[in-house]
Amino acid sequence: MSEHVGLRGRAWFQALTGKHEPLAGDPGSVLASNSLLGNQTSLFLCVVPNPESRFPCVRDGQVGLEEAYTLATRVREAIAEDRDKPKAEKRPIIAVVDVKSQAYGRREETAGIFLAAGTSADAYASARMAGHPVISLVAGHAFSGGFLTHGYQANRILAFDDAGIVIHAMHKEAAARITRRSVAELERLGHEIAPMSYDVRDYAKLGLLYKLLHVENPLQPTTSEIETVKQALIEAIQDARVGATDLGNRLESAAAKQTRKASIAVRTMLEAQWQNS
Amino acid sequence: MEQIEFDYPAANRRITKKAHVGVVGSGDMEVLMEPADGDGAHVTITTSVNGFQDSWKAVFDRFFSKFDGAVKIQINDAGATPGSVLLRLEQAVEVIAQ
Amino acid sequence: MSTPENFPAFVNRKSFIELDGRARARSLFDEGTAKELVGPFDRVQSPWLPLQGVAPQADDGCIVIKGKIGGLPAVVVSLEGAFQGGSIGEVSGAKMTVALDLATRDSETGKKTAAVLLLETGGVRLQEANLGLAAIAEVISSILALRRHAPVITVVAGTVGCFGGMSLAAGVSSYVIMTKEARLGLNGPEVIEQESGIDEFDASDRALIWAIHGGEQRVGIGEADALVEDDAEKIASAIRRYVQAGPPSEHRSEQVKLNRDRIAALDTSKQIDPISLRKKWNGNDTMGGAR
Repeated sequence: MSEHVGLRGRAWFQALTGKHEPLAGDPGSVLASNSLLGNQTSLFLCVVPNPESRFPCVRDGQVGLEEAYTLATRVREAIAEDRDKPKAEKRPIIAVVDVKSQAYGRREETAGIFLAAGTSADAYASARMAGHPVISLVAGHAFSGGFLTHGYQANRILAFDDAGIVIHAMHKEAAARITRRSVAELERLGHEIAPMSYDVRDYAKLGLLYKLLHVENPLQPTTSEIETVKQALIEAIQDARVGATDLGNRLESAAAKQTRKASIAVRTMLEAQWQNS
Repeated sequence: MEQIEFDYPAANRRITKKAHVGVVGSGDMEVLMEPADGDGAHVTITTSVNGFQDSWKAVFDRFFSKFDGAVKIQINDAGATPGSVLLRLEQAVEVIAQ
Repeated sequence: MSTPENFPAFVNRKSFIELDGRARARSLFDEGTAKELVGPFDRVQSPWLPLQGVAPQADDGCIVIKGKIGGLPAVVVSLEGAFQGGSIGEVSGAKMTVALDLATRDSETGKKTAAVLLLETGGVRLQEANLGLAAIAEVISSILALRRHAPVITVVAGTVGCFGGMSLAAGVSSYVIMTKEARLGLNGPEVIEQESGIDEFDASDRALIWAIHGGEQRVGIGEADALVEDDAEKIASAIRRYVQAGPPSEHRSEQVKLNRDRIAALDTSKQIDPISLRKKWNGNDTMGGAR
């Protein structure tokens, strides 16, 4: 498990925006900034560890109640402010993703973290459906409920290509325990079965990524590396602007046509049977 | 995981219906029963519990000693008990007999 | 509840929980209108389970049935909780997403089509990990698209409950119906105990589990809309009412300020008392009062 969880997110948020503080009134775990990207202002969002959180189960960078509702607030603010703008001018929303997981706590379950997470996903998806290009940059870890809350509703997803990037449904140790396998067996399975792999280069085979980015110093990027990443984000934004506002593009890549054959088959068959029913 | 197949060429009574019963769950199994493509009956079993080929054969030999429908049977099994196997087969037969 | 006058009705009631996923779905439709799509005989199964020696199911544990409910067009997507814990794999997730998308397409061309999701699920199917997770993101997106036109009604009846990423699907639905036996939450008690310790959540404490995740509590704090008895007729009837009502003017997951303020007002210095939360958040009465 990478010791950099949460640090890469913060590093890239700062590298891209020049900022590193939450907005006034927001908890210390959510960084937000309307910053220039290319020649347009974009809303950047990032969830980071906050050891001082009033919720004990989010201090290591988990996405909890406050984080989810703060993200939803900032995204809906951008939607409202740009409501009367033409589609081409709706500001991009960039989710910098480096989240350990969702929060695993009794307070969270009692207060309904399922609803908080849904509320954040709702906000991101609503922005996308309103015409805002929503882009996710996976700078570190993107697990399960944390990723569903912050990042997985994006039009386009970019990720770095090194071992510090892990996108998955469950941490290795927990997944091994639940499926009654050893971690080594799980890793071996991942080599054969792409959706189970913990390697981001296997994740890329699923066709869900717009681009894999290579950077030599992910924690301390050089100026030129930052420029490269900014350029990639700008291209993703432009690509999103001319595409549909739903998630249909996730099945259109060459990779998806290979690894998500069954998804495509379901769509074709269900459409045909629906028309005839 | 094993795939086991059996043929019962004497089962030749024309069948016109399909039946689907059961769930691939703990102690249960799924049965898809439909008219056979050609003559006789054909059984395909996909099971995640290995080593019970003889038990399956015994069950189906017994089943086809009383049932003569020309059916194609597919079973998806995750460890059904012998009782569940018989129950699901009987339920499927009931459906196609209606 | 079981007064002498009610006794025959209670005894004769048909349990919804005891029905399998397919029977639950079929029980909701107007007579003669139910038609299953991409059913078991189409054999669209998981391509990933057999690679790992796990027996697949011919419908991948997801049943899609189209027809009429209360006279109105509707599609029901039902998860079979007994197969792999109702977990979402590539195929089961795709069936749910596409059913929602087709309901949206029909709704956009003038034929408003509601969706009813029968969620008995632990979330992502670990044997399909990233495709299960991606499918859940797509389901959430498709619910959000459909609910602008027609209601998306989630039913969590038990006994598996609705956990993991699919709990977000419940969170963004137009209406949520639960039974007392059912549970709804992002993380189940075992996961919390594993990740955060037994003091945080003792997974063997059944009273605690239902006090936090149970249907009565969710309805009590306003995070689900109706608590219905485990009775197939009553559940079908509650669903019919929501189909006929159409989507609400504002969905629960759009009420950001309300919920953000509620969280801000919480005293986090100790665990939250579930019963007090019902009073604070002024949720529904638990006798099925709809929003």
